[in-house]
Amino acid sequence: MADIAHTGIGIERRALSSSAGGNVSDFITLMKPRVMSLVIFTALTGLVLAPGTLHPALAFIALLCIAVGAGASGALNMWYDADIDGQMQRTAARPIPRGHVTAEEALTFGVVLSVFSVFTLGLIVNWVAGALLALTIAFYIFVYTMWLKRRTPQNIVIGGAAGAFPPMIGWAAVTGSVSVESILLFLIIFMWTPPHFWALALYRCRDYERVGVPMLPVVAGRLETRRQIVIYSALLVPLAVLPALMGFAGAFYGATAIILGAVFMALALGIWSAEDDRKVDHIARHLFRFSIFYLFMLFAALLVERVAAAVMS
Amino acid sequence: MNEPEDEAERRRRQRMRSLAIGLALAALAILFYVATIVRLGGNVMNRPL
Repeated sequence: MADIAHTGIGIERRALSSSAGGNVSDFITLMKPRVMSLVIFTALTGLVLAPGTLHPALAFIALLCIAVGAGASGALNMWYDADIDGQMQRTAARPIPRGHVTAEEALTFGVVLSVFSVFTLGLIVNWVAGALLALTIAFYIFVYTMWLKRRTPQNIVIGGAAGAFPPMIGWAAVTGSVSVESILLFLIIFMWTPPHFWALALYRCRDYERVGVPMLPVVAGRLETRRQIVIYSALLVPLAVLPALMGFAGAFYGATAIILGAVFMALALGIWSAEDDRKVDHIARHLFRFSIFYLFMLFAALLVERVAAAVMS
Repeated sequence: MNEPEDEAERRRRQRMRSLAIGLALAALAILFYVATIVRLGGNVMNRPL
């Protein structure tokens, strides 16, 4: 583990409060609550869409375990990446670079939460869901954070799988298995991840360059990144309509996926055709924010449709 | 931050962390209790004496 005392932006803040130890809020920050909220939401959708029933108390426990497992991944990621986090504008205020929490505390926190979340989910709900949660955490830490992130521009393409598992875990919590429908939900998030992160990487390119993380704009250039954003968006948009075409989502979802997909594609093409870097960055910021809204709305549409059908029947 | 203030802040944060751990453990105990009742239902009383 790199010595965080050598990180640039973090040094000053570290000296101020390191002796007081971390606040409870620092440990909550370690769990990346914003990422966690999207994980909970997509897992809930998988849980609601799955055929069969699960006692509400067990469903709540399943969601709690998935949320805590995602939080544990976040803490372990911050432990491993503390050296580069301190040098990047976006991440310099995280608890380890600021000196509020030591790297060892974050590691212990992450490991304890990982073990508890996986075993609780396995024991109380079922072991397929527990195993998928363990796979998600392991994939995020060992495959994405430790192996791919600092080695290849394909880091977020392959690593994106970790973020795509939650609806599959939710589905498995109810059915005890994996099915075509849950794989499709997985694929939607998997295909969504590259344009989402590359939009961010376009306007945060210097940050990644400074710390040597080979994000696509750093390694292959901005033009290639813009091209790849268009390619992955063109794959994502029709894929997101598939649940309606396959019959496990209805017309409301289909319409939502088509309309929002058209906006997504328009922004991706906007990035591709923009004449100068400032314009590209401007649209990339829009695409990054819109992509979060897009994914949220797709899953919300699935959820609303299923709840409405249950109320009417 | 001078030393006495730093020490007071350190103690406050330690107390808050201990409280959070205590609450988390209590929540875990309740969670396992509820899960046991839900899983076993009436059978929770059905055991050889």
